[in-house]
Amino acid sequence: MTETAFRRMKDLPSTRLLGTGTPMCAGCGGLLALHEIYDILGEKTVFINAAGCMTLLSVYPFTPFRGSWLYTSMASAPAGAQGVRDALDILLEQKRISADEDLQTVVLTGDGSAYGMGLSATSGAIDRNLDFLYICYDNEGYGNTGQQFSEATPHAAKTSTSSGPRGFPGFKKDLFDIWAANRPAYVATVIGTEPLDLARKIEKAKNMKGPRLIIALAPCPTGWDYDPKETVEIGKLAVKTGVWPLKEYIDGKVVHTKIPRQRKPVEEYLQKQGRFAHLFKPERNEKLLAEIQQRIDVYWEGISNE
Amino acid sequence: MTRQLLTGNGAAAWAARLAKVDYVPAFPITPQTEIIETLSAWFDNGEIPGRMTTLESEQSMITAAGAAAITGVRVFTATSSQGLLYGMEMLYTVAGWRAPFVMINVSRGLSAPLTLEPDHNDILAARDSGFLQIHCATCQEVLDSTLIAYRLAEHEKVRLPVIVNQDGFYLSFTREPVEIPDPALAARFVGQFDPENTQLRASAPTSQAVAVLGGSPYSYFRYELHLAAQQALDVYDEVAAEFAEQFGRDYSAIESYRIDDAEFAFVMMGCFATKAKEAVDRLRDIGWRIGLVRPRLLRPFPEQALHDALADKKAIAIIDQNISMGKGGVLHTEVASALYGAKAAPLLTSYIGGLGGRDISQEELFEIANQLKQAVEKGSAPPPRLLYTAGELREMRKLQAIAHVERQELKLGEESDNDQGEGND
Repeated sequence: MTETAFRRMKDLPSTRLLGTGTPMCAGCGGLLALHEIYDILGEKTVFINAAGCMTLLSVYPFTPFRGSWLYTSMASAPAGAQGVRDALDILLEQKRISADEDLQTVVLTGDGSAYGMGLSATSGAIDRNLDFLYICYDNEGYGNTGQQFSEATPHAAKTSTSSGPRGFPGFKKDLFDIWAANRPAYVATVIGTEPLDLARKIEKAKNMKGPRLIIALAPCPTGWDYDPKETVEIGKLAVKTGVWPLKEYIDGKVVHTKIPRQRKPVEEYLQKQGRFAHLFKPERNEKLLAEIQQRIDVYWEGISNE
Repeated sequence: MTRQLLTGNGAAAWAARLAKVDYVPAFPITPQTEIIETLSAWFDNGEIPGRMTTLESEQSMITAAGAAAITGVRVFTATSSQGLLYGMEMLYTVAGWRAPFVMINVSRGLSAPLTLEPDHNDILAARDSGFLQIHCATCQEVLDSTLIAYRLAEHEKVRLPVIVNQDGFYLSFTREPVEIPDPALAARFVGQFDPENTQLRASAPTSQAVAVLGGSPYSYFRYELHLAAQQALDVYDEVAAEFAEQFGRDYSAIESYRIDDAEFAFVMMGCFATKAKEAVDRLRDIGWRIGLVRPRLLRPFPEQALHDALADKKAIAIIDQNISMGKGGVLHTEVASALYGAKAAPLLTSYIGGLGGRDISQEELFEIANQLKQAVEKGSAPPPRLLYTAGELREMRKLQAIAHVERQELKLGEESDNDQGEGND
């Protein structure tokens, strides 16, 4: 690993740049990650937002951001970043603004936009080698409208549009691989409950040019149906069970940054969430549980020896 | 100043160059593409400074246009038809951002059925978006209106995006002699881009386009947008007057042609109005008192000017190159609203024509004039007419007959294939 300012927990910033009192739900895993990310990115940023939960962070006349903000639409946040970046570049090239007026262009969207509606605009931005950082808070469903399934919903999860006995019939789309296949500057998965791993990745991404993606798994008490106090525990289990692999794509290679040596059974993660309750009650759905476990095992085969 | 043969698209590109635009987000679509090809060549050759970025859709293009404008540069873009509709969400959005930039729309009929040829349903779909609209009838007007549009968009009392509309094919691909203003004079007329208080800078953090909670703040910002658009009426008059003084070409909010002593009038938008001018001349030759009114501005709507030009006429034919399904011509309802309540208001007759590039012939215009005269004699207006000739219907019936025969043949062919298949079993 390259040099980092974040060797141990006490190296993490102790300031809290992002303001409090936002309308996010108690225990929001997305907000947890954003707090940590913002502390490192700092205020020389413009957050370009697409429709989602975090659109409600900036509601007239309040904002928790010390830097700038622009809401666009559900599908076109990366295009907003393109316009801002191009305009800043023109102003810098023509010396109409000084270099210290420049801003880091950050797209902030949920999984609904990142995995689905905004993917065309994202693909275009990657093709054009746009210098921007994309942060996706992934709570695995259209959370702001009451947790209908999205392209990021995991297999078998119950959502408000997949409430049958088998839950969501589809599979979570692999956004990491879609990005990595286009050879961008950087792609990483993070989670707010692993702050050191997150800090190192944001630090790295911050100092790069080109298209960069951070996908933050965002445990969601309202959408996943659990008590808000469980957010940290569920987040840690997502990593320990291997459901959420922490990894990065850099210099053409995928590297896992935290390999769970002895993976806990995925049941421990699933059992804590109401959205998977139908796998355990009224009786255990052994077949489906085994299927989910097997898919995780297959993923990790061969990776443990990296 | 030089005089060149330019298409409407060429004129639009020249206007962007003369306005010294910094940034052109682009996406190709017929019949607009020549505009961005021309600009692209100039950027690539280093003939003009700035940057062009080809986005992957019109929705992204308009997002990037608005975002760049509120970051603090002068923006130009262009689209047409399906592209305008694909970007429709962002038309409303960037108008709400109060992003001052200029977009050319090259009017083209909307799908379905799919067509490449012009009418005004695309641009009228954007009527309520918050973009101001200037409609052109000549290639010269496209160039000049675009320069005026920058002054309008960026004016401190307005701060709204502006669409300059030209008809596909008839203007976009037709070469006309166009006077290209002297670059220094044009630059002085348009002035430097002033971002005012909408810009993104590290030293001055700002939140733009944030959500509101509740109808009260929402209404406040929407009313402000409306009031700004209304203020644009006076600003347009000022800017157009200044343009006339400096360049000698007059672009008042409505064009009036031989209207002062007229008893009858045609009202039309866009370049087909030049056909009606020709009809006016021919009818005047044989003693008719008839004229033409062509609104250049559609938003803001020059209500008073239309009222003043038309209220004392006996009968008016409003010829719409668009159709609002289940209602009729959009311009007809707009003009009716401007004349409602006028003392001895003229009889209004409504005609739909020129959809998807269909021509409007001189004979049709003469017939419309006749109907105006008859309406005055009868004291009542005839019902709205959809222009279509017996000859056209005959040709259409032929196409339908061919379609029918082809389908029958296909069916017969399938049946005989099946028969053969069974025979082989």
